[in-house]
Amino acid sequence: MSPRAAWRLESLGFSEVYDYVDGKNDWMSAGLPTEGTNAQHPRAGDVARKDVPTCALTEKLGDVKARVRAQGWDAVVVVNASRVVFGLLRAKELEKDPELLIEQAMRPGPSTFRTFVALHEMLHKMVDHKLESSVISTSDGRLVGLLLQEDVAAALEKDK
Amino acid sequence: MPKEIRREEVRKLVAAGAQLVEVLPSPEYEEDHLPGAIHVPLRKIDSDARTVLDGGRPVIVYCWDTA
Repeated sequence: MSPRAAWRLESLGFSEVYDYVDGKNDWMSAGLPTEGTNAQHPRAGDVARKDVPTCALTEKLGDVKARVRAQGWDAVVVVNASRVVFGLLRAKELEKDPELLIEQAMRPGPSTFRTFVALHEMLHKMVDHKLESSVISTSDGRLVGLLLQEDVAAALEKDK
Repeated sequence: MPKEIRREEVRKLVAAGAQLVEVLPSPEYEEDHLPGAIHVPLRKIDSDARTVLDGGRPVIVYCWDTA
């Protein structure tokens, strides 16, 4: 859409026209401020739990499960050294054979959402797809945190 | 020919006085737009651009992404 707008402006006589091709998606993914009706309300990145446990592909499930449970969690995000998300294990996956490697037990390529998604939108998605939690990541795939459906509901109630 | 630019150039040009223009439809602009952005939806460019925008200053247009 913006290339057409840029070319049309030039044809109307505007002499110095630029096209920010990556647009609003890029701007908001970078966590930069915006103006508008959504700007004053919390978003996915504000409510996501940043302390979600992480593990590596080659760890043993039994070891990871013990560590995760000791931290009071029943979910863990699989990342590499750059915190790029590879997979997710929720309670069901954590109950698999403890001898499995994480890469054998995880749900690979989980859906991730950007930090700027409005909470009411997240709640709809999570309810529709029966997601108890969703991974929040940056546009280049790095983990921000895990968003719990119960936290979304509580934050929306508080924001009323 | 319009020049494609990235985020950092946007910030520099805006700081230097460029006009930032969102060309998406109204609901999307109202919910979120870049600070200081003027709203000229694509379909209104022909009718509104010359009156809303300053032809003597650079103009940066944007939408959601590259689509």
